[in-house]
Formats: sequence, C-alpha cells, structure tokens
Amino acid sequence: MIPFEFEYYKPDTVEEAVNLYDSLSNKNKKVIYYGGGTEFISMARRYNMYADAVIDIKAIPECNEFDFDGDDLYIGSAVSLSQIADINKFPLLSLVVKRIADHTIQDKITLGGNIIGTIIYKESILPLLIANSDVVLENKTGKRRVSLNKVFNKKLLLDEGEMLVQVIVKKEYVNFPYQHVKRTKNEKIDYPLLSVSALKDNDTINVAFSGLCEYPFRAKKIEKILNEDSLAKKDKIDEIIKNIPGEILHDVGGTKEYRKFMLGAIISEILDSFQEEE
Amino acid sequence: MLKILDSTVITLNVNGEDRKVVAKPSDILLYTLRNELGLTGAKPGCENGDCGACTVLIDDIPIKSCLMLTVEAIGKRILTVEGLKNAPIQKSFVENWGFQCGYCTSGFLMVCHSLSKMHPDADDVTIQDWLQSNICRCTGYQEIEYAIKSILNGGSSDIEGSTF
Repeated sequence: MIPFEFEYYKPDTVEEAVNLYDSLSNKNKKVIYYGGGTEFISMARRYNMYADAVIDIKAIPECNEFDFDGDDLYIGSAVSLSQIADINKFPLLSLVVKRIADHTIQDKITLGGNIIGTIIYKESILPLLIANSDVVLENKTGKRRVSLNKVFNKKLLLDEGEMLVQVIVKKEYVNFPYQHVKRTKNEKIDYPLLSVSALKDNDTINVAFSGLCEYPFRAKKIEKILNEDSLAKKDKIDEIIKNIPGEILHDVGGTKEYRKFMLGAIISEILDSFQEEE
Repeated sequence: MLKILDSTVITLNVNGEDRKVVAKPSDILLYTLRNELGLTGAKPGCENGDCGACTVLIDDIPIKSCLMLTVEAIGKRILTVEGLKNAPIQKSFVENWGFQCGYCTSGFLMVCHSLSKMHPDADDVTIQDWLQSNICRCTGYQEIEYAIKSILNGGSSDIEGSTF
C-alpha cells in the first residue's frame, strides 16, 4: 500500500506532458514523470519517495519509439528493458539490460526509469555513454538534442520540468565490437559489484563503469591509459586503478580493495577478449 | 489524456471480462485484484518485486502486480491464475509435482504459461532466464523445470541434464 494519495495523468503527447508538469508545479505540487514505476512504487510504499501527481509517459508515441531512422537509432524513454533485449537493435545494450533485475521486472522497467531513477547503478547508461549517444530532453520552454556525455555527470542533469524523451544512437556504434562484464557478490540477479561495458570505436576502446563509485561514469583519463600502446597490460591496470575519478565503494557488497582487484581482473579480461577478436 | 484525480469507477478487463471497480491512483493492482475483485490467486509475498508470487499477465506479458498501479491496467488485458482454466501448464504442474506448499505456484504458472506461448521452443538458457524471476521457498525448482519442459516443444525428453 502506498501511504499517500496522488493524482494520475496519462498524456498523449510530449507537449501535454511538459505543460502539465509546469502547471502542476506552479500549484506547488511535487510532480514526477512516471515510466515503469517500479522504483516509485517500491520506494513510495516506504515513504522514501513522495509525489502529489504522477505523469505517466507510456502513451506518448515518441517515448515508445524503437527503430532506426536513417543513420540514427531512436530509443524512447518508455521502452522497456525487455523490449530492448528482445528486439535487439543494439546488441551491447541488449546484453547489459538483460542483467538488470530479473526477466519479469525487465518487462516493467523502462530505459528512462533506469537512467533517471535514484538507484545508483543505472547500468543501461553504460553502452549509451560509450556509444557517444545523444538525448532528447524537453520541457515547457523547448526541446534540445544534446550529447549524453555532456549532460550526464553522476546523474542526468535535467532542467526544471524537463523529461527524457528519447536516446539517439548513431548506427555505426551499434555494430562496433563490444564487451560487457558484470560481477555480483553471490547471486546472478543482484546489483553489480562491478559492471563494465566497453566498445571498440575503430582503434580506440571506450569504457564505462557502474558499481565502482556511487555513480556510473566514463572517464577520458581512464580511456587514455587503456588505449596507450606503450603501456603493458599490468601497467595499464595499475594506472587505471590510481585514476578512478571518485571514492571507490566500500560496503557490504564488497570492500574497496576487492573492487579494485575485480576491476583489474575485468579490464584484463576485456583487453584479452578484444585482442582475441583481432 | 487519461486523468484520475481521486477514487473513481474504472473498468478493467480481467480474464476476458470487463469488470467495474472503484480505484484511486495510489492503489496497487495486486490488492485491487484480491480485495476488490476477489481474485486471490495472485499472492502477496515480498511486495517488492522480488519473489514473483503476485505475477499476472498484462497483454500476455508477465508483470509483478505488486509493482503496478491499478490505473496503469486500464485498457489492458489482465490474466490471473483464475483465468488459466485448465491450461496445459496447470496439468503439467500436477503431473510433475511442480509445487509443495503452493504459495508461489500461481506466479510460476503465469510465467510458465506466458513462456510457453511466447517461446514454445525455449532453450535451457531462456527457461532459466524467465523462471529466475520467481522464488520457491520450498525449493521445488527441479519439478517446476520438469513441468515447463514437458509442455514446450520437445516435451519431456529434455529433462535429463537439467540446468537449475
């Protein structure tokens, strides 16, 4: 049972949704855009999240788009993780989302929800960061298409009332060689101890991490080390560990030292796999 | 635009019938099915999306009804275990002893039923992937695997060398 009442709106267009957000906010109501709702329901049940109104975006056509248009792959923010995996237009993204929660929950979690939610891992963003994706964001003042790497810093940096409408991936990135490694503490279905996605963009490896710090990230400095031909594999790993751009998680899931050890093992595995593919 | 601001009468299509029910936006589908419609087959377990005991099918897709607002189900086809009506998976569960205490059974039945319809040729990896969404505290997994395999194309010949 959710211990508070709220209003429910299900608009048919982005314009309706953003105008609604604006008008409800102006009445001092706490408003949220609602995708799959798994996080909202489970957290609201414990009063860890509150809303006066929810705007369900699942009837908005742009938010349900999942197809190529020219050289771009459009993925709507209300597309479920199951749809991404089953339709499989971006194999690395499919692989990553198939390891988030369990199969039935993947039917409900949406791409937008996984990226914007408060749970720190947001694993579906890893392939999107390393594929240099764009995002379409819209609020009452307008619509913008921006590089995800520019608007994601620990979390998606949204303006007031802005909703994530779509993610756009260039077709060429969908077909690049890729690796994804996820390690959990015990069970296959769990939050990651460490989740790493890598994509070979011609001769350069792009890489992003979840579970290492309190947020997912892609770091230029780490990629520079990883792609430095003059360094031996062991030296690359040592340097990468020294250059993690934040505090390494140290919790019941795994100690800081264990995560460092795991990071080294995964980087080694990824480098070997790419080399074998050559 | 659909707008529900307070308690109101809505229509849900449940097990092939349109049913009128009073619901408010904060109501959870699991409890509307159980308390308002008397369909107690979907079970409250963890109520956090982990155990799968509350699984129902929404437009043929398994959904944990503890993580769905009742109002989200407007315009969708809801199938609960009461609507299976002697589906092959039910007979197979009986024949293969696919349950012990039975509390998780309705959830497993719904996932298995959907799997058999959507992937009648499912391989071991797919079966494992789908059924890992549900938990059986009696640990009756082996028999549940027998049950689902016996109704998939290929029948019971795949039971040897099981993966769970």
